[in-house]
Amino acid sequence: MGAVATVYRWELRKLRSQKRTYLGLGAAVVVPVLFVAAVASRPGGPQDVAFGKYIHQTGLAIPLVLLLFGSVWMYPLITALVAGDIVAAEDNNGTLKTILTRSVDRGQIFTGKALATATYAITAIVLTCTVAIVAGSIVSGFNPLTTLSGTRISAMKGLGLVVASMGVYLIPIMAVASIGLLLSTVTRNSAAAVVGTLMFSLLLQLVGILPGLGSLHPYLLSTQFNSWQGLLREPIDWAPIVRAVWVSLLYAVPALGVAALVFLRRDVDGG
Amino acid sequence: MPSVEHQADTDVPIEVRDLVKTYGDITAVDGVSLTVEAGDVFGYLGPNGAGKTTSLRMMLGLIRPTSGSVRLFGRDPLLGVRALDGVAGFVEAPRFYPYLPGRKNLELLAGLDRLGADRAKIDEVLDVVELRDRAKDKVGGYSHGMRQRLGIAAALLRDPRLLLLDEPATGLDPAGMRDMRLLVRRLADSGMTVMLSSHLLAEVEELCNRVAIVRSGSIVYEGSLADLKRTASGTWRLRTTDDERAAAVSAAQPGIETEVARVRDALVLRGAGEPAIADLSIALVESGVGIIELTPHVASLEDLFFALTEGESADTPIAEGVS
Repeated sequence: MGAVATVYRWELRKLRSQKRTYLGLGAAVVVPVLFVAAVASRPGGPQDVAFGKYIHQTGLAIPLVLLLFGSVWMYPLITALVAGDIVAAEDNNGTLKTILTRSVDRGQIFTGKALATATYAITAIVLTCTVAIVAGSIVSGFNPLTTLSGTRISAMKGLGLVVASMGVYLIPIMAVASIGLLLSTVTRNSAAAVVGTLMFSLLLQLVGILPGLGSLHPYLLSTQFNSWQGLLREPIDWAPIVRAVWVSLLYAVPALGVAALVFLRRDVDGG
Repeated sequence: MPSVEHQADTDVPIEVRDLVKTYGDITAVDGVSLTVEAGDVFGYLGPNGAGKTTSLRMMLGLIRPTSGSVRLFGRDPLLGVRALDGVAGFVEAPRFYPYLPGRKNLELLAGLDRLGADRAKIDEVLDVVELRDRAKDKVGGYSHGMRQRLGIAAALLRDPRLLLLDEPATGLDPAGMRDMRLLVRRLADSGMTVMLSSHLLAEVEELCNRVAIVRSGSIVYEGSLADLKRTASGTWRLRTTDDERAAAVSAAQPGIETEVARVRDALVLRGAGEPAIADLSIALVESGVGIIELTPHVASLEDLFFALTEGESADTPIAEGVS
């Protein structure tokens, strides 16, 4: 385990030294700030989105609306920015040969990279939600929240549920990260992997709105980005959350498995 | 990594058997076998594109051989990174993270070595390659020579018993090349086994005691440098007033061991020592043959190298050296 921990620690340090990390995390901070600024300056709100009509009543509605909007492409992109790069960057720098001729096995390197990718994605989502909650509460107040069942819950309970929703939201995000990691490993090209991950994510949403493909809807990764809404019903509807777990695993496990296999067996020709 | 344990550790730093690597129709490495003994400074010599780097990558476990085997101190690098214990080096130009300073890169690699190389050790290797004053700068701003030296520093962090260097002096200016060679010599003198690939004969001649010469993916000579040189000596060039008669006299002369060949306008005598040549000159004169020229012809190592790597040459006696 010590070797994986070392790789993980250094992967995080490398992320901290790279611009793209701050690009992603910066977007995760700036977007909720801009959103809150727009809320403060205009009376209306997005009526057709769950919690859209409550954004002036409580700041707690703001991270929830943001999660819904962000699932279209923003959070998949922020995730892909690092996931698609983390292996391909080594190919690009020619450093794979440098780290693979030390004393850690390829599997340990891959595990450390996967953990670092997850850490970054979690950081981005937690950051965006924290900023949204704080900024939203400043503008719209830390007030009770109306659930999707129409019941009102206290601000503190609402906060707990918003945090839990963020946790559920991270499940499909991890699947997106796995696909990014796969494309990063297979394409060995950072741009191709980032764009590819985003395209994959958009393609699933396209499938989701195409007529006649409604039966696929529950099995699309894009659908799972809404599953946290089950938490905001009374009583809590666990079914979409349970499905989010296994559907996301269905995407993530094969992606990670293939990525690991390719990474373990590939020839390191470049650099 | 399980199956590593039962492999017998040996003292033989590198043992390569029948190594083959093909990419589609192209055979990059075609049945390379070689042995590097402890204490060797082994030159892996061949023109660019002969398969040297591909061989080295297989030796370090970076790419999978199509067939054949590599053993580093008895261990197979394909079965896990433990085979690289005591082994360090680089293939092609050493590469680092450009956005991290030189020292940070070394700290990272020391971490991946799991040896816990400390500050003092990193300072020490930076001193060896004379990079300590630039260690705080990002590698992105380093010159080629500095990266090359950082590559050596990164290898030395592992306290290797075996150092693999791929064209270490390539792309360096003359002073850089000299410093790099001095460094390799110093490391070899300290008891390290060194495997050094090069397309520069002078470099190998200066540094190495044993060589393997590779051509189009195959080894055309493996052995000591001294033996290789010896095959080049003992050739004499003879021009006379009557070549036909001279050939007959030479053939009959004791001490002229091998056959006499006619090359261009002269006779080439092989396997002859100086006393035999002196006797021959007397015999020739006594037979009424005038000697125009009788000179020792020492093929340079360069001649040999070109003969071995570029095709057959009629008057260079290489056959004995080819294994």
